[in-house]
Amino acid sequence: MAKIDWSKLAGIRSSEITDPALFARRRQIMQASLAMGLTGSIAAPAMAKGAKAIPLKAKISESELSTDEETTSFETATTYNNFYELGTDKADPERNADKLKTSPWSVVVDGECDAPGNFTLEDILKPHAIEERIYRLRCVEAWSMVIPWNGFELGALLKRFKPNSKAKYVAFETINDPELPGMRRPVLDWPYVEGLRIDEAMNPLTFMAMGMYGNELPNQNGAPLRLVVPWKYGYKSIKSVVRISFTDKQPPTSWNKSAPNEYGFYSNVNPDVSHPRWSQAKERRLSGDTSGLAALFSPKIDTQFLNGYAELAAPLYADMDLKKHY
Amino acid sequence: MDTALQNSPSTPSKATSASTSENKRRTWAKRWWLKPLVFVLALVPFASMVYSLLTNQLGPNPIEVLTDETGEWALRFIVLGLVLTPLRGWLKKPWPVQLRRMIGLFAFFYAAVHFSIYFILDQQLDLVAILADVLERPYITAGSVAFLILLPLAITSNRAMVKRLGKKWQSLHRWVYIAACAAVVHYVWLAKGDRIEPFVYLAIVMVLLIVRLKRVIA
Repeated sequence: MAKIDWSKLAGIRSSEITDPALFARRRQIMQASLAMGLTGSIAAPAMAKGAKAIPLKAKISESELSTDEETTSFETATTYNNFYELGTDKADPERNADKLKTSPWSVVVDGECDAPGNFTLEDILKPHAIEERIYRLRCVEAWSMVIPWNGFELGALLKRFKPNSKAKYVAFETINDPELPGMRRPVLDWPYVEGLRIDEAMNPLTFMAMGMYGNELPNQNGAPLRLVVPWKYGYKSIKSVVRISFTDKQPPTSWNKSAPNEYGFYSNVNPDVSHPRWSQAKERRLSGDTSGLAALFSPKIDTQFLNGYAELAAPLYADMDLKKHY
Repeated sequence: MDTALQNSPSTPSKATSASTSENKRRTWAKRWWLKPLVFVLALVPFASMVYSLLTNQLGPNPIEVLTDETGEWALRFIVLGLVLTPLRGWLKKPWPVQLRRMIGLFAFFYAAVHFSIYFILDQQLDLVAILADVLERPYITAGSVAFLILLPLAITSNRAMVKRLGKKWQSLHRWVYIAACAAVVHYVWLAKGDRIEPFVYLAIVMVLLIVRLKRVIA
């Protein structure tokens, strides 16, 4: 048996070591073990290669709100996703990505505003200059990534619809297609809905992404249009948006409906507010070069209040007890 | 044919011990391959995990994948162990019960790997955080209970302990039902959203418990 070079195995990524012959042989081994019904989902992530990178045509400007931390690899960010409409396993959204049809796409805007309507994706995107925002993304499951998003501020988009004085909240809805593989069972009360207070929505940090890493937004990451709210847990950043509604009452949110004692409306990243499932004090940073053996021993890092965005986001909650309004 | 039934502590042996061991020897001569085969098969999931890890096939968060997989395999072996006793009755063959110890030990093996990954790799031996987890998060409490029950069962699984504990061994090892319930509750409570898998295990364990209770009452 060949001697295993541990340091080498720990250091290199699967994309670098997979020559076609080896890949074919690995497939055979996997198929054999799958036939035996013994490996379960273990073999599945092997197929993951990440999304196809389709570069954006738009000119992309940089932003001072970007972090200079090491970014997560495109491969990692497109193979490890929570997008339950495409399946509940982390590898499912990549596997089922082509089941999501993003063309044609339109967004309904309604509720407390003077310029509602049904807009095509082109209508939505046209007036906006595209910038890059490199944000930390903190999942409630205590892992995090650093992702360069491409898009524009949500506030700039919302202003176009002329919200009126009764618009206290903004509600969002994800695509509702019963054909999507994850939607056949009521894992959540479909369609997925989220919401923000209007001042949260208008905060300069709050971002609407139509791309990432200078590429078109892959389906598994919420194509063609998704929200990014960097100081809140990831599930607030709703994917594949089909409806934006201005409301005078706090809108329902999917995870809050599923387990109100675990997921509040605000869902701000807060290491001092413990969650019934995960201590939120620390997080595992998935930076992309930490696959295989090396990842087993990568230390967790401390989670920051409001995910490190307190300077801009904390004033939103000046008079609030964030332990009560979690 | 009825060797295992006669050996089972719950059904007192009518045959002499000499003929029992003679029957036993003959049964094993016929099925000498069974235990080694099951042993190797039971190691396949573990080998598959190690292989996938060393070839970087577990995705960006291998600790999460390994924790989930080892946990699920522990539960599968617990359930398999509980199936073996009624299976003997249904098949009227002794071999299922002859595999019981090995399957039980594999359940413990996967549970121990599962626990070690949590303790060493996930929590990185942070005892304060682990204690807080066990006390504050009900699903971790349930999982810890399951593991703490399996531990003495694994230790007392050898022949010498069966002899030494006599009748007490049987009542001690009935605790595996509590461990199975705790393990399933652990899974039900940790699953996010309305997931079907934990409830499938819950249903199986409930059916096996009812089968067992019916036999005890009858």
